[in-house]
Amino acid sequence: MAYPSPLNELATRVAQTRPERLKQSFPRLNAEEKNKLLHEYHPDYRTDTFSTLRVGPNAGDRTPRELAILLEGESLLKETSLSINQPDYDCDVLVIGGGGAGCAAALIADDLGAKVIVATKLRLGDANTMMAQGGIQAADKDNDSPALHYLDVLGGGHFANTPELVETLVTDAPEAIQWLEDLGVMFDKNPDGSMKTIHGGGTSRKRMHTARDYTGAEIMRTLRDELKSRPQITVLEFSPAIELLTDSNGTVTGAVLLNLNLSGNALSPNYHYTIVRAKTVVIATGGSGRLHYQGFPTSNHYGATGDGLVLAYRAGARLAFIDTMQYHPTGVAYPQQIIGQLVTEKVRSLGAQLLNVDGQQFIFPLETRDVVASAIIRECQKGKGVVTPGNISGVWLDTPMIEILRGPGTVKRELPAMVRQFARFGIELDKEPILVYPTLHYQNGGVAIDPDCRTNVPFLFVAGEASGGVHGRNRLMGNSLLDVIVFGRRAGNAAAQTARTRTANLELTLKHLEKWDQELQKNNLAPVTKSPLILPDYTKKEV
Amino acid sequence: MGENMIDIYIMGEHHRVPDSLTILQALEYAGYRLIRGVGCRGGFCGACATVYRIAGDYRLKFALACQTKVEPNMQLAMIPYFPAHQPRYRLSELKGTAQEVLNIYPEMLTCYGCNTCTKSCPQEIDVLGYVSAIIRGDIPLAADISFDCIMCGLCVSRCPAELVKHHAALLCRRIYGKFLAPRSEHLKQRIQEVKTGKFTAAIAELKNMPPEELKKVYANRDIEPEE
Repeated sequence: MAYPSPLNELATRVAQTRPERLKQSFPRLNAEEKNKLLHEYHPDYRTDTFSTLRVGPNAGDRTPRELAILLEGESLLKETSLSINQPDYDCDVLVIGGGGAGCAAALIADDLGAKVIVATKLRLGDANTMMAQGGIQAADKDNDSPALHYLDVLGGGHFANTPELVETLVTDAPEAIQWLEDLGVMFDKNPDGSMKTIHGGGTSRKRMHTARDYTGAEIMRTLRDELKSRPQITVLEFSPAIELLTDSNGTVTGAVLLNLNLSGNALSPNYHYTIVRAKTVVIATGGSGRLHYQGFPTSNHYGATGDGLVLAYRAGARLAFIDTMQYHPTGVAYPQQIIGQLVTEKVRSLGAQLLNVDGQQFIFPLETRDVVASAIIRECQKGKGVVTPGNISGVWLDTPMIEILRGPGTVKRELPAMVRQFARFGIELDKEPILVYPTLHYQNGGVAIDPDCRTNVPFLFVAGEASGGVHGRNRLMGNSLLDVIVFGRRAGNAAAQTARTRTANLELTLKHLEKWDQELQKNNLAPVTKSPLILPDYTKKEV
Repeated sequence: MGENMIDIYIMGEHHRVPDSLTILQALEYAGYRLIRGVGCRGGFCGACATVYRIAGDYRLKFALACQTKVEPNMQLAMIPYFPAHQPRYRLSELKGTAQEVLNIYPEMLTCYGCNTCTKSCPQEIDVLGYVSAIIRGDIPLAADISFDCIMCGLCVSRCPAELVKHHAALLCRRIYGKFLAPRSEHLKQRIQEVKTGKFTAAIAELKNMPPEELKKVYANRDIEPEE
């Protein structure tokens, strides 16, 4: 037993209530009860941690303070003497972001014969996609249908989702799975070839396709390998976009990249820029968990700082649903070294229950994520949480229950990544329960798009977590991997087709920045910071 | 946090850090703002491969910086980039045979069987086991054993025969996924059904439903039982 003795004693209560819990099924909440729980305990409903945007297309909308500061920031290029007239690269489609959506877009655009450049902040494939463990949804079983999938997505998103985007997501889903298989993704299957599928929170059918608990990693390493096998695609690593380029009409014509290898960091006086002229630009920069909204820990990748939202917003793109973030109910609360890391929802799909300090259930474990997160926050605020040596409150996730329900060895077979992660700190997932608390996991909103990933800014496309609308106010497990593939492919297709309609001789200006500065001045706004953030700063901080 | 402070050395420079930190957190605590050698911070991306030894011990140790706690007198170095050979191939142009893996990675046949790769794997994968499977032509087994590989490349950094095992294993998994794993009939069928518009009317009905009615339909939808 790796827990210190006070926690160890509390863990024994979990074991004591197991026989009783085996007999009971905790009731699901009705719509009214869910609503009440969300309003009282979900972080999205707090008022003191939000700001109202004062400039740009979403002026008047509320968003977390940390994002508002960046959206209202000023360009890193301000007061630099950058010559943008001689581009270093020319292409048809510039994809900004090397995660799942970016790679899917690049591959499809390349299939269509477009000259593609992928610019990515860290290494190709370093993205939240790589970390998605649980699965990818697609309604392809006999007892399921895209219409049922549609209904689940709408309900999960509190009926706020953009219906056309949801329709696209669910009807493209089976083909997205087949595309991945053709690229060599190893899904979990039965001997007859049928997909092994499981439930996720809020799903009415078992439609979660998995690749053990490395589903995102398996998809990402496959896409990356395929992309690397195409030498005609230029990949610029350690090159985040720090500004879009526009022409006199405000349409997008490329981007300015910062070479992180040569520049050291964004505060270095010795910048090294790369200018890319592009007929179309796809923003696939992912989420913003590393902004640590409301001080939450995050399950996100190091590079998830919302850069794409800042770039697009400054160029005039409208954002949607930027007042809602997803707090994954089960982030690690102990041990200290991995706080905020994800405990995949698959753990609950397999039968693990959530318990308070008394070893009692307090929520049906497969309610939607926002509801489960709210219930955990409620339990801890009520003093029914388990206080860790790091003085963090959490609740138990009873993983040994999986072994009882599904047979010995299930945990090791189905959750190898989780087993490994906890074993590194001496905790045996199949024998001991673990401690969890909500972690900042996903940006529900982003740049508003149509089903072909078009934005209101001509020649600018957005796909994946940087876009907003498909998930409404809450995303279901397994729909983000689906989102990056479905809309990544669509963005690549639309961007490549649209590039054909455009001349190569594009004008490169930063006139949209002049307009942006005028708007800041008109509103008497002195920006608090320059943006995008690019990377978080964890040096010399409390950890 | 009630820390015990310990001495560590980063690229030879002395630092005092809390003993509860991971190597990655210790680097940041010491003031390094990381660009290379950091990624998901959760043990999935393989970006933070690191090499260290403990003062007084001659042995080199390898680990993921985000998953390993610091120890007293650790002498640390990051591996920001390891230049691993990666031949280019197009999966779509392969037939999915075991021989193709050896054609693309012929050096796999020069494995000495020293097992250093297995000892260096932070994922505790039986690396030599899958290398042997590749040599024997057993792609399904190589794909299965190597499945949890996070492509950190530590096995390559330690290999005296200089084999790029993790890339060869990835090729095996892709071949298995595309050519050898049985395909799903229900998937093919569903794609056809979507193409012929079988679900268009049902989705349109939901799209056009008044919100209150849609909420009722959602609340009353039947849910497939767990077992």
